[in-house]
Amino acid sequence: MRAPLSWLKDYVDITIPLDTLVDRMTMAGLEVGGVEHIGADWRRDKLFVGEVVAVSAHPRADRLVLATVAYGQGDPQTVVTGAPNLKPGDRGQKVAFAVEGAQLRDGYSETPRLQTLSRTSIRGVESAGMVCSEKELGLSDDHTGVIILDPDLPVGQPLTDALGDTVLDVELTPNLARANCIIGLAREIAALTGQPWRAGPADAATGPHAAATAYGSVASADADLCARYSASLIENVTIQPSPPWIQRRLQYAGQRPINNIVDVTNYVMLETGQPLHAFDYETLQGVVVVRRARRGETMQTLDGVERELTTDMLLITDDSGPIALAGVMGGSATEVTEDTRHIFLESANFNFVNIRRTSQQLRLHSEAAQRFGRGVDPDLTVPALLRASRLMETLGGGTLHPEIADTYPAPPSPKTITLRAAEVTRILGMAFSPTDMARILTSLEFGCTTHHANGDTSLEVVVPSHRLDVSEPADLIEEIARIHGYDEIPTTLIHDVLPPQRSQPHLDGLEQTRDILVGCGLTEILSYSLSSLDSINRARAEGPPPAAEDYISLANPISQERQLLRQSLLPSLLETLSTNRRYRQRMALFEIGRVYWPQAGEALPLEQRYLGIAVTGPLLSRSWHDADEPPQFGWTHLKGIIDTLLQRLNVPQVRFTAAAHAALHPARTAALSIGGAPLGIAGDVHPQVCEQFDLADQSVAVLELNLDLLLAHRQPRRYQPISRFPAVLEDVALVVDDDLPAQAVEDAIRTAGGEWLREVTLFDLYVGEPIPAGKKSLAYALTFQADDRSLTEDEVRVLYRRIQEHTAAELGAAMRE
Amino acid sequence: MPVSDQNPLVDQLREVHTEALERLGQVSDLTALDGWRVHYLGRKGALTQVIRGIGTLPTAQRPEVGQVSNEVKSALEEAFEAQVGAIKQAKLAKTLSRERVDVTLPGYPVSLGRLHPSTQTLREITAIFGEMGFQVFDSREVESDYYNFELLNIPPYHPARDMWDTFYINERVVLRTHTSPGQIRAMQAFHPDPIRVILPGMCYRYEAITARSEIMFHQVEGLAVGENITMADLKGVLVNFARRMYGAERQVRFRCSHFPFTEPSVEVDMDCIVCNGDGCPLCKQTGWLEILGAGMVHPAVLRNGGYDPERFNGFAFGMGPERIMMQKYGIDDIRYFFSNDLRFLEQFG
Repeated sequence: MRAPLSWLKDYVDITIPLDTLVDRMTMAGLEVGGVEHIGADWRRDKLFVGEVVAVSAHPRADRLVLATVAYGQGDPQTVVTGAPNLKPGDRGQKVAFAVEGAQLRDGYSETPRLQTLSRTSIRGVESAGMVCSEKELGLSDDHTGVIILDPDLPVGQPLTDALGDTVLDVELTPNLARANCIIGLAREIAALTGQPWRAGPADAATGPHAAATAYGSVASADADLCARYSASLIENVTIQPSPPWIQRRLQYAGQRPINNIVDVTNYVMLETGQPLHAFDYETLQGVVVVRRARRGETMQTLDGVERELTTDMLLITDDSGPIALAGVMGGSATEVTEDTRHIFLESANFNFVNIRRTSQQLRLHSEAAQRFGRGVDPDLTVPALLRASRLMETLGGGTLHPEIADTYPAPPSPKTITLRAAEVTRILGMAFSPTDMARILTSLEFGCTTHHANGDTSLEVVVPSHRLDVSEPADLIEEIARIHGYDEIPTTLIHDVLPPQRSQPHLDGLEQTRDILVGCGLTEILSYSLSSLDSINRARAEGPPPAAEDYISLANPISQERQLLRQSLLPSLLETLSTNRRYRQRMALFEIGRVYWPQAGEALPLEQRYLGIAVTGPLLSRSWHDADEPPQFGWTHLKGIIDTLLQRLNVPQVRFTAAAHAALHPARTAALSIGGAPLGIAGDVHPQVCEQFDLADQSVAVLELNLDLLLAHRQPRRYQPISRFPAVLEDVALVVDDDLPAQAVEDAIRTAGGEWLREVTLFDLYVGEPIPAGKKSLAYALTFQADDRSLTEDEVRVLYRRIQEHTAAELGAAMRE
Repeated sequence: MPVSDQNPLVDQLREVHTEALERLGQVSDLTALDGWRVHYLGRKGALTQVIRGIGTLPTAQRPEVGQVSNEVKSALEEAFEAQVGAIKQAKLAKTLSRERVDVTLPGYPVSLGRLHPSTQTLREITAIFGEMGFQVFDSREVESDYYNFELLNIPPYHPARDMWDTFYINERVVLRTHTSPGQIRAMQAFHPDPIRVILPGMCYRYEAITARSEIMFHQVEGLAVGENITMADLKGVLVNFARRMYGAERQVRFRCSHFPFTEPSVEVDMDCIVCNGDGCPLCKQTGWLEILGAGMVHPAVLRNGGYDPERFNGFAFGMGPERIMMQKYGIDDIRYFFSNDLRFLEQFG
């Protein structure tokens, strides 16, 4: 809401400095987002109210005229102007006159640019001053003619006194709809500054009103959606531009002036908060009825669009059919035009939910819809109607019909709230005296009566009709706190009991996972949860493309790229590698993020936290110290990271098996499982996928697993006593089939080795002569140890032989000599 | 004791002593030093040779020879050890000087990873509130309209819905626009116990992606519910937080605002960390930075969470870690947070 200070002052005296006012308003919830000083750069000695005393033709230019302007400083000056609204023979207009040295905006520049007015010669005629346009004064972009001022302004008055103003830009939260108008703001300022607010011209006396009048009648067929419908008739108006003072105020408040009738509806709406609509009376037929639209009904709104209506939408109709979409927009058939003679002026009150729904369903947003959608005081229709009707009389030369049409079937009775003093203290942590509370509430026009009973003090509070936002004690407590000032409330630490503190192994596990991975040299990324089929498909080398219906998708996506809720972290990991490849060769990344699965029969998806890892490029950053090409990240390094993570989180049960995956290298893919349930996949990225992400020049290894599932399987850690007895170290090399997984060999060794076999470490893998083709040799370092005594050579020899026999029997392994 | 005659062996011992010390001074490596030791102190060395002649002396002179030879021997041994030390020292010094490095060369790179800046800030925030007894409560991102709005006192088509531009899955399911539905879920999980929780999480808004607005961002919400929770407590907790997070000297102000799920509602500002309140572009010349929204939990919301608002009350607050970082580090574009540009991510932590 843009509020010119001069307009506010019609309703409240502002006696405190502007800074203080802005601060008080902001602290009380009326956030002043900006203060604009109109005319701040109009120098008092350079810009004046001038009067045109003569206009004559320019001797050498058809489109230019010579205007002689009196401006109260010495003799009138004659200046050259091209303004089409000054014609030879004109006189008497009040204009904005600038003399040499004035700072003005360039009328022909696209961007606002200040320049100093200097003496110049236009087509041989010397010109030392200028009659200014709105654009040159910085009031608007209008440069079609010079600005014409109100005729009663004194000649010679500095322009800044005549036109200058200060405009507050007040940012209003939805509950402050009441303050979205000049009077509403004035009321708030009055309460905040201890000044009375004036019921100004808008509250002029009302005449007799009834549903049926001599010029027609109004009826509300759907009173649930239209609490009140008031209307007046202004006869014999002349449609013409509004006087300058109305145009200025509208402009300062951010509205473009149109003509006197439209301007008055806007002016009164800005002033009172009541949206109004003017119909051309001669286009109306019969009784005006407010009713819901009928099935299949359509109407053409003012913007020329034919609208299809649903039976939830409220219409203003006459005998011919719809004439306006209630509270949202008028119809083109009954629009006020230049030829309109009589105005049927509507001032109504509609159900705010219904108006919002209609406006949203039709995607039709208007100032009226926005205001009705936030709620308007039903008691406002008639005062606003009268204010506007009288202004139309004054500005349009018409006559207000003495009868007011008004249907108000069920005026609500005033709300009363009991506010206990103890309740205020309980919420705010600060006690207020009943007197102070009553004083604050009364300043906001609440009615207050104090009651004392059983040592309890309470206020009986009557809510004024314009406070639609107040319905319970909490609302009143906020009013008391905000007018008193939040800064006056003490600052204490919670003295309530400390709630039970709960153990949170899962959340702790997430953070531990992050720490372990950072320790492994990985950098955390966070990607959009929203993805697209294209992006998902890019991370696949084979298999059928993904189908949109398998994903949860947005009904109102912002773009195609952000439409589906992801089910994998791999596409965004690969995208991140791809976009950073220009700056980084070595990348080791992880992401912990949610994926979303539709669940049959459930409204809400299953959300799981996944862990994704991607590594590529050199193992270590490049250094001057390295002589050769550094080793590159690949599957084995990724496996090392995974092993470390599993070991640190203590989830030894995870199994790796060779598998296939659409994104991965067919011979370098592992499926991870835990307790028989799939946990994730890991492997080198398929070269074709690398190519699709412009990563063809180096290998990429990735992991993705269900982190929730992994963390659920963490084993409690047990202390392992450190044996005081010596360990016996033995090596064993086994020759097995080349395609036998190493895991099987290690498992077999451990099974045979029993509890005294403490460690099994693979230290060599060898293929080639003299190992037969199709075979490989795996060499393990074995550590034998007991906790209670030294193992004898014989005991170790027995175990060693058992390992040999077991692996031979189970795996066909042969000892390598 | 009568003055003895001249004792030739003692003279010889003194000569050996003198000569040995002289020669020792010329020895400069350990091999030569060993030769010296054998020559003078060895089993067949010069000293032993002299002593062998003791049998030729009169008995009276013999003790003197024993005494002097012991003196000479220990003097030479001492000199020998000293020389060993000196030579080793010299050798070490030489080696060390050869091992000189250019201390200005860059070190060997250590490839330690980093947490995402949002994670770092979330941890900082949760740690501060953890000290005040607030525990993390985890809650879902895809929410029903019912939890995201209705239970928070925002009925369908309510004007307050204008405050959230919402992504819809369908009419009844949304991407949560704030972490506040987690308040309801926490209350439903814990009632009738008192509550102190902090709810960090990702939220979504239907907005154009620009330098100043994102469709996705973190929020951290806090909730305290109990039989003795007041607005004064809310102020205390948040002042504490601001000073722990931004520095002990920070000024905090509480300004009236509006959220449908709190009443009274508060916007919390802190004096600008760049200009300390004088006015600058960061604070748009106001001297204040908005850091938090907060308020006393609305009675309807308490009721929806299972608490009797006549007996219990509570406060809630919410903040955006990305906004906090933008203020703290002077980051001018919110899009950096989720576009994963490593040149950005690697600047933090």
